[in-house]
Amino acid sequence: MENTIVKAENYNSYFGDNHVVKDVNISINKNEVIAVMGPSGCGKTTFLRGINRMHELIPNATSKGKILLDGENVYDMNAIYVRAKIGMVFQRPNPFPNLSIYENVIAGYLLNGIKVSKADKDIIVERSLTSAALWKEVKDSLHKKGTFLSGGQQQRLCIARAIAMQPELILFDEPTSALDPISTSSVEQLFHELKANYTLIIVTHNMQQAARVSDRTAFFYMGELVEFDDTKQMFTAPADQRTQNYITGRFS
Amino acid sequence: MENKRLNLSNSQLKWETFFKRILIGMSILLVLIILGVLATLILESMPSIKSLGIGFLWGKIWDPVQNIYGAYPFLVGTLLTSFIALIISIPFSYAIAIYLGEYNPKGWLSDLLKNTIELIAAVPSIIYGFWGLFVLVPVIRTFEMKIGVAPYGIGVFTSSLILAVMIIPYAASLGITLIRMVPSPLKEGAYALGATRFEVIRSVIMPYTRSGLFAGVLLSLGRALGETMAVTMLIGNTSAVADSIKNAIFGPGNTMASVIANEFTEADHTEYLSALIELGLVLFFVTVVINLIGKRIITRFTND
Amino acid sequence: MEAKIGFRNTKSVIFKGIVVFFAFVITLPLIIVLIYIIKQGITQVNWHFLTNVPAPVGEKGGGILNALWGSFLMVMVAAVVAIPVGMMAGIYLSENPRTKLAYYSGLCVDILQGVPSIVVGIVVYFWIVKPLGTFSALSGSLALAIMMLPIVIRSTEQTLKLLPDSLKEAALSLGVPYHRVILKVIVPCGFAGILSGITLSIARVIGETAPLLFTAFGNPYLSSSLTKPMESLPHLIFTYATSPYDDWHNLAWGASFILLMFVLILNIVTKVITRKWKIQL
Repeated sequence: MENTIVKAENYNSYFGDNHVVKDVNISINKNEVIAVMGPSGCGKTTFLRGINRMHELIPNATSKGKILLDGENVYDMNAIYVRAKIGMVFQRPNPFPNLSIYENVIAGYLLNGIKVSKADKDIIVERSLTSAALWKEVKDSLHKKGTFLSGGQQQRLCIARAIAMQPELILFDEPTSALDPISTSSVEQLFHELKANYTLIIVTHNMQQAARVSDRTAFFYMGELVEFDDTKQMFTAPADQRTQNYITGRFS
Repeated sequence: MENKRLNLSNSQLKWETFFKRILIGMSILLVLIILGVLATLILESMPSIKSLGIGFLWGKIWDPVQNIYGAYPFLVGTLLTSFIALIISIPFSYAIAIYLGEYNPKGWLSDLLKNTIELIAAVPSIIYGFWGLFVLVPVIRTFEMKIGVAPYGIGVFTSSLILAVMIIPYAASLGITLIRMVPSPLKEGAYALGATRFEVIRSVIMPYTRSGLFAGVLLSLGRALGETMAVTMLIGNTSAVADSIKNAIFGPGNTMASVIANEFTEADHTEYLSALIELGLVLFFVTVVINLIGKRIITRFTND
Repeated sequence: MEAKIGFRNTKSVIFKGIVVFFAFVITLPLIIVLIYIIKQGITQVNWHFLTNVPAPVGEKGGGILNALWGSFLMVMVAAVVAIPVGMMAGIYLSENPRTKLAYYSGLCVDILQGVPSIVVGIVVYFWIVKPLGTFSALSGSLALAIMMLPIVIRSTEQTLKLLPDSLKEAALSLGVPYHRVILKVIVPCGFAGILSGITLSIARVIGETAPLLFTAFGNPYLSSSLTKPMESLPHLIFTYATSPYDDWHNLAWGASFILLMFVLILNIVTKVITRKWKIQL
């Protein structure tokens, strides 16, 4: 119990009257890498965005139920605080084009007007970029804008930006689907390294990726959490017929 | 770090609502401005509306000394100048739109022409009026002597000429955008059947953009109706109805905008002032309606 | 068949010729006007011209200082009012496109864009000049501000609408509150577009005469008071051009040249901003 970092209790999401995430109960432990997979429209991304309260930013989007972060319901906390506490990386790399690489990494502090000394800033930037395996490649161009970076490097910059806020939990929404295979594998390698210090929840469209990177996998289908198990178990001997169908490619 | 962020977040929430309220407030302000304009115009022209009624619109005499007010001379002046200007400007606007939209959409010559057209729209109307007064008027005077009309120089015709030049950019720039939007497959189909360039333009591009180009014409018209300074300086400021079509076009006149510009500060009694304001109200309605119709057509066109 | 094709081809070539002729011949009036203004006006401009107020009738010399200063002051005040209001309204319209308020507000922007400038002058007369009992630079500035609003609003709205949603999402996910997302990410990324809208609106109102006819009214002396009448470049040109005195005509030519130069420079600046400062997304 002490090891649980995120727990969803009877969590439901809606777009207006459309019930997209149905009664999800799931418990995730610290320093786990969790893959969330399922066919298009199954609610996996909506569920992910419910964790850091990004879901409610869409007009007419509502939710019911609890999501506990370290025992506290995020829906009872200040939404902005929740988002600052949880890191998120998106499908398309989205570094801020008007900020330099350096400024992008500490954007969370910069944009919030949090005062940090120059020395501390330098430390945060170096530490985050190193954790994101990007430091060596950009350390001589920190003050340039990040638009010359490749897709994979931009994505790692976004990861560094999320890490700089010192979250315990980082959410990934299909983080490699817009990247080429080489960049994809460098990001997947990163998951492996980040695990030591963070808990990762990764929504992915790619079954093989789920199998490669995660400890446990959650399978969503039509808004329901159908199965949640050890990755090895899920891919060799799934308990539910629907999971079996998905894995064997009967539908995607 | 944790507590700092929580405290920051709470105060941020207050700014959040404040900011959102300001955004809404500024948008409401816009609505209030328009309502205010309408209310002021109606309020201040009330005396005139009450005493003159609807007959104001076809009253032919405008005599402030005897307190007789009729809008007919200015309606005629406005319509004449605007429509003559429109008719003169349309071939040029269409030619520019077809040239820059179809024949030569890219390149240095195209950019040069496009910038020149934008420059025409950028020159302030007072400068057109000033130039017109000193350069165009003598030329028109000689022209009028040649064709046997009274050589005023100033008048409806002269102001229409300047107005025509001023409104060309409006229909032209809209036309350029619309013609460039014609889908290539449509044109290629016609070429593949052996059509010449002219035929493609006539049978494919023109019908496709017809409603949009009409909207451009409306926008030019709206601009012409509201133009004040250049017209005021060149139209001769006569509030009488002309006795013949020839004199109506080549003689002096007045538009709603020009009579307001000239007589507003001299209006010393209520009936005079409110009659002028009523003209402003009519002008307001006419220009707004025409502009809105034009914009409505454009949005419908771009959404299809 | 062949003869017919030849005929049709000739028609096509003739048509192109007509189009090219009409398209290019229209540049002639503009060139004539520009050259004439420059020729008449540039000889008037010297240090004395720029630093003195107009001389009384009959006296030689004089300048346009009161109009220069007046235009500058009134446009600045108008900008101070119109820029924040316009940007805020533009931000609202781009962020909330489907609300009822956005519909009506957008409608009002369209209406405002079509309102003749003389009508704006009339209305501001009743709003400010009559209550205050005097013509004033303040009323002139307000009239100009109202004319600047539609341009600033539309360019802000259109610039921001072109920015991808992912920008907003990235900032929001970092725990940045909405107002900071807009002010520190969205607006800076749209800076070029918004700024060019502002310079365009200034270029537009700096040459406007009609709204100033019964608001700022005009003043033969140099004034910096917002509650007194004030001269402006376009109004000076109007008054002096339509006067019977040659000396005053000359002043008007010089003023026209200066005004034209300002408008040209502002338009060039707008183009440069759009090209050079656009942030690559």
